[in-house]
Amino acid sequence: MSSQTPSLIINELAKDLGPVPALDNRMLRVLESVTLKAYPGQVTTLLGANGAGKSTTLACAQGLLQPNGGTVELLGQDPFGDNPDLRSRVGVMLQDGGLPPSMRPVPLLRHVASLYKNPIDIDALITRLDLESFGTRTIRRLSGGQKQRVAMAIALAGDPEVLFLDEPSAGLDPQSRQVVFDLISELRDAGKAIILTTHLMDDAQRLSDYVYIIDKGCTVAQGTVAELIERAAEDQDTRPIAFAAPAGLVLPEPPAGLHLSEISLGEYRLDGVSSPEHLNWLTTWWVQEGILPTQLNLQSRSLEDVFLEFAQKEERA
Amino acid sequence: MSQPVATSNATSPLKRILAQGKYESIQMLSNGEQLILAVVMPLIALIVLNVTDLIEGVAERNIDAAVPGVLALCVISTAFTGQGIGTGFDRRYGVLTMFSTTPLGKAGLIFGKVIAVLTVLVIQVVLITAVGLFMGWHPNLAGIAPGILFLLLGAAAFTSLGLLIAGTVRPEATLAITNLAWILLAGAGGVLYPLSMAPAWIQPTLNALPSAALGDAMRDALISGHFSIAGLIFLLLWSAAASFAAIKLFKWN
Repeated sequence: MSSQTPSLIINELAKDLGPVPALDNRMLRVLESVTLKAYPGQVTTLLGANGAGKSTTLACAQGLLQPNGGTVELLGQDPFGDNPDLRSRVGVMLQDGGLPPSMRPVPLLRHVASLYKNPIDIDALITRLDLESFGTRTIRRLSGGQKQRVAMAIALAGDPEVLFLDEPSAGLDPQSRQVVFDLISELRDAGKAIILTTHLMDDAQRLSDYVYIIDKGCTVAQGTVAELIERAAEDQDTRPIAFAAPAGLVLPEPPAGLHLSEISLGEYRLDGVSSPEHLNWLTTWWVQEGILPTQLNLQSRSLEDVFLEFAQKEERA
Repeated sequence: MSQPVATSNATSPLKRILAQGKYESIQMLSNGEQLILAVVMPLIALIVLNVTDLIEGVAERNIDAAVPGVLALCVISTAFTGQGIGTGFDRRYGVLTMFSTTPLGKAGLIFGKVIAVLTVLVIQVVLITAVGLFMGWHPNLAGIAPGILFLLLGAAAFTSLGLLIAGTVRPEATLAITNLAWILLAGAGGVLYPLSMAPAWIQPTLNALPSAALGDAMRDALISGHFSIAGLIFLLLWSAAASFAAIKLFKWN
């Protein structure tokens, strides 16, 4: 992964939350065994479905929750408890913002920046995240995406070495999303350790240097996006071919193991392709019928496919 | 834990506390409901006590007995009700959690709130004193220093009580409890009039309240120039007990 010292080391983290009335006021084990490392200059992503335990993992890593088992080491220290010196080196963007509704964004940001010896260039950050465009409004009157941008700015105010981002693109319009993504990439290039959670596969695939898939409170897979896709591809010996051709073609019966279908108007898909002979069968049919596809795609697998497979494996287990 | 300790990027604790104090003060002073509670209600109480016979006979003139009680009421309005409600909703909106991820620290949060309470209290005292003097108040000069001390002790006790409630129950419950307590303490808690005017059977109970200790000590100081030892002991005990409970039980999120 990296020869550098990890900024965050989590080892077999367990956490109970509750008591839960629906469970006769018993505690609910939210994290069973989460293990991960995050390095400077990398975006480390915790990927998982809603309720998988991503945010709880982050809260333990930030020192907001005390683990029931396992260890957390943030910049070489136990993050739980009152430690202003450690906090000054870590930025946190909370999922629900934690922003005072009656404040205006810019004065709040300047106040938070005043708690740091060497804050980030606040004026540049305000311009970058376009906070002035809604600066006259109080936070309660901002849209979800605008609040996200304020929360991001608060997290960056102290120019942190480690940055936690909980679902950073939630509620953002495409333009704001691009700005936030570019900012994350720049921070990574500047050597920050960025730990983010998302349930959006596109975000994870686009941003991550290293991914941990969390499911039911456990780390079930880890690797770079390419490694995860490749590893899952090794497990699977077939891949689909998609092509576009005139709609409503009469489809021939394929050889055993193959399945040909028109998935939408003029969009066809051949599943189960595992040998060159299968390609030969397909092209022979095209030649016989005089079909020249307008699009042809030997579909590569996405992180979403990988994630779904891991989730299904867990389900079966 | 092998990683070398890097330099902290936090400003000094004093700068953090002062910055948070300024922030909390602005928050408190820009809230309309809190201003009504902190300024308008005490002014109304001052006028009503002065023009009616509710506290007749407590001092030579009504205004001399009214001002000390209204100053005690200001403490309860700001330190207990206003601050308690503000903290409760900060907790609800996750603002306390957000600040706990910054270098502010618990001390910064608590002392920031104390500075805001004291700032608003100074404004209240200046305003009530000015209006009282305009209405003919003649304070006993020997009681001014004890009066300031009791205001500060009252602020400590009621700030701790406000934090205790805000940090342990839901914000809606904090809103209800602190507003109801303000009405009950103002009306029957020995704040605005001495407990000797209350029915004899309830006096021992009311005497144990911090509101009565504060109200009586303020009247003793500013009417007679006396230093109330009983008031001092009661307020110290309430401050210690409430601070201890708040530190033990307060939930930040």
